[in-house]
Amino acid sequence: MDLKELVEIGEKQRNSAKKIRIHCCNAAGCISSNSSAVKDKLEIAVKEAGLQETVEVAKVGCMKFCGRGPLVQVEPAGTLYEQVKPEDAASIVAVLKGEEATAKTGNANHPFFTRQMPVVLENSGKINPEKIEEYIAAGGYQPLYRVIYEMSPNEVIDELSHSGLRGRGGAGYPTGLKWATVAKMSGEQKYVICNADEGDPGAFMDRAVLESDPHRVLEGMAIAAYAVGANSGYIYIRAEYPLAIDRLQKAIKQAKKLGILGSQIFDSPFDFKIDIRVGAGAFVCGEETALIASVEGKRGNPRPRPPYPAESGLWGCPTLINNVETFANIAPIVREGGDWYRSIGTEKSKGTKVFALTGKVKNTGLIEVPMGTTVRQIVEEMGGGVSNGGVVKAVQTGGPSGGCIPADALDTPVDYEHLRELGTIMGSGGIIVIDNNTNMVDVAKFYMEFCQQESCGKCVPCRAGTVQMYEILDKIYHKRANIADIDKLEALCHMVRDMSLCGLGQSAPNPVLSTLRYFREEYLELI
Amino acid sequence: MAVKTLKINDIYVAVEEGLTILKAAQEAGIYIPTLCHLEGVSDIGACRMCMVEVEGINKLLPACVTEVAEEMVVRTNTAKLKEYRRMNMELLFAEGNHVCSVCVVNGNCELQNLAVEVGMEHCRFSYRFPDKPVDISHPQFGIDHNRCILCTRCVRVCDEVEGAHVWDIAHRGEECKIISGLNQPWGEVDACTSCGKCVNACPTGSIFHKSTPVAVMKRDRGSLEFLSTAREKKQWTR
Ligand SMILES: Cc1cc2nc3c(=O)[nH]c(=O)nc-3n(C[C@H](O)[C@H](O)[C@H](O)COP(=O)(O)O)c2cc1C
Ligand code: SF4
Ligand code: SF4
Ligand code: SF4
Ligand code: FES
Repeated sequence: MDLKELVEIGEKQRNSAKKIRIHCCNAAGCISSNSSAVKDKLEIAVKEAGLQETVEVAKVGCMKFCGRGPLVQVEPAGTLYEQVKPEDAASIVAVLKGEEATAKTGNANHPFFTRQMPVVLENSGKINPEKIEEYIAAGGYQPLYRVIYEMSPNEVIDELSHSGLRGRGGAGYPTGLKWATVAKMSGEQKYVICNADEGDPGAFMDRAVLESDPHRVLEGMAIAAYAVGANSGYIYIRAEYPLAIDRLQKAIKQAKKLGILGSQIFDSPFDFKIDIRVGAGAFVCGEETALIASVEGKRGNPRPRPPYPAESGLWGCPTLINNVETFANIAPIVREGGDWYRSIGTEKSKGTKVFALTGKVKNTGLIEVPMGTTVRQIVEEMGGGVSNGGVVKAVQTGGPSGGCIPADALDTPVDYEHLRELGTIMGSGGIIVIDNNTNMVDVAKFYMEFCQQESCGKCVPCRAGTVQMYEILDKIYHKRANIADIDKLEALCHMVRDMSLCGLGQSAPNPVLSTLRYFREEYLELI
Repeated sequence: MAVKTLKINDIYVAVEEGLTILKAAQEAGIYIPTLCHLEGVSDIGACRMCMVEVEGINKLLPACVTEVAEEMVVRTNTAKLKEYRRMNMELLFAEGNHVCSVCVVNGNCELQNLAVEVGMEHCRFSYRFPDKPVDISHPQFGIDHNRCILCTRCVRVCDEVEGAHVWDIAHRGEECKIISGLNQPWGEVDACTSCGKCVNACPTGSIFHKSTPVAVMKRDRGSLEFLSTAREKKQWTR
């Protein structure tokens, strides 16, 4: 396979496309509200209307407005239909013949869509994730080809460092620096791992990327492997994501068949194979050292760092580990250049970020916005404010490792630095809107219960400390505590944060510390 | 042999490169409390008793797994560390069922000694009183999970020194439990050679010689160190 053949596959795919494409969401959110039946009915309706020559029905990935699924969009007109039932299919097709729509139309010009800036999700909801030809038709795998034939590993890393991309798995570590470290390590055998464990409650960004555009992640991993000198990669994904696993398997198979993965990629000397490892859904297995232990077939316990995986990772070899979304950014950066990527976002946080907007908000779903978009723009403009007419009390980010942004700080731009200042973190990208009917002690209690259950139990502060913190929170919530309990809780928070072995324990007190910082009176009211 | 010079509690110490802060402190006669550390087996940094402060680093570091560096300035006994260690100890006592008065190692217990050492006079956290089993299916030894602090010394000594790998950890969080074989009664695990190494490794009264009366059991810790020195350095000294 050379570039010409690759381009030909894309052209053939584009030429075979019919004039009108009815996109029907086929990601987990919409499937759970019966979108598969919608698609079948749409196909039947097209046939019955005799429009097969000009109209095709395509199953595509996530169309973002998950709260109003199943979603259907008719291209190129862009007409959006929400909450489509199978019996609406005939009406949607009838519109193509000039009739009135009876199916519920949505507003594709709502800020929920217009404020988005798709980079990671550029193909999501547009291409069929199960057909490599559609990814290639959208320009896919050309960046990989270019990297292999036109760039040295160092040039790739320089471009990436220049782009300013930072890890999307939570900590925001500069991706270029990480790649450079692994590339510099000596050693025959190196590995690339994609972290698709996504265990934060309320987060579904990585799942959406994998279900909607799996080839993008494979391409990112292959470029990474070329840059750091690895020939083998693993995707560690939780068993709770069967559809994503299935699509990844199909994608790997298709790419191998075309010579885009496996040995001698694009007939070059570069080999790279990708295997999938399915995790049992423990939150702690998202921590990189625990994840590596799990891939090795051991108990998923974190271990002290250093040595970092870049130095000694999988089976003791230098290992690059990045998040799904981090890898999904690579192909566009190679294609458009680091300068272009740098131009998006804020001074220290470049590019876009995908968020899963959930909680007490009108418009729930998946959004991708430039770094620096304010929380207010996300929650009020895009999210449409609180559902049932309530008032925003706080916005939670970073899941069990994060904290709250109080309502009076909604104008904060979302980037790594500003969120840290507020005492929370970007995390992997869950944004949960909390309304004024929610008790903040209850919120803290919820996350502590989660951490207590997900603690691996290796180190004492986290294993025993989260249990005690939960107990005190429960006591406060049920009005059985006294003021000394709050002091005890705070002291314990500091100790667990400073003494725990891995990020789970170190950040488990965050939801408590954050709610104590902004909503202390709610604790005191319960005393 | 490269040497690193560092300062621990204002005392200058020069040690071999690659050693841990814990080893360096021991060479200089400075005491750092430990619990999961055991001479002769690998370190895992799990109990967090050995945490120290290092100038210029804004987190606490576990002395048992942190290598020394040139010009490192280490503090092992600040007010914060003392408070944290005491709290850590209290968490351990609240988590299990440690009734010293009826324990085989009362008076010879590392956990008990350490509690005294860190100045723990009472436990400010509520006792969990977990329901934990005792397994006396082994002909010579028993394990009382009420006293287990999950330090995994038994797991490591059996795996790394005896090579039998009888022990493992099951479950997670507070449900964690040391299991033998494939979660069978210890007495049914064929892999166990009854060597007694885990008995000597256990810091509490959890693993014990059967039919030992209360407060008389002593462990032979030196035997494990002797074995590893003999194997690694071919020196048979105690
Ligand atoms: C308890 C815990 C859970 C984590 N879960 C995830 C996860 O689900 N997905 C992820 O990408 N990173 C997770 N991380 C972060 C990883 O350890 C690691 O930093 C990340 O995969 C690095 O990728 P990046 O540089 O692309 O962000 C977790 C960390 C901790 C401490
Ligand atoms: S902090 Fe918690 S999850 Fe991390 S190693 Fe310690 S017990 Fe395990
Ligand atoms: S007696 Fe020896 S072989 Fe048996 S469990 Fe203990 S250490 Fe392992
Ligand atoms: S049985 Fe003893 S040595 Fe084993 S984990 Fe428990 S306390 Fe540690
Ligand atoms: S002795 Fe260092 S963590 Fe246990």
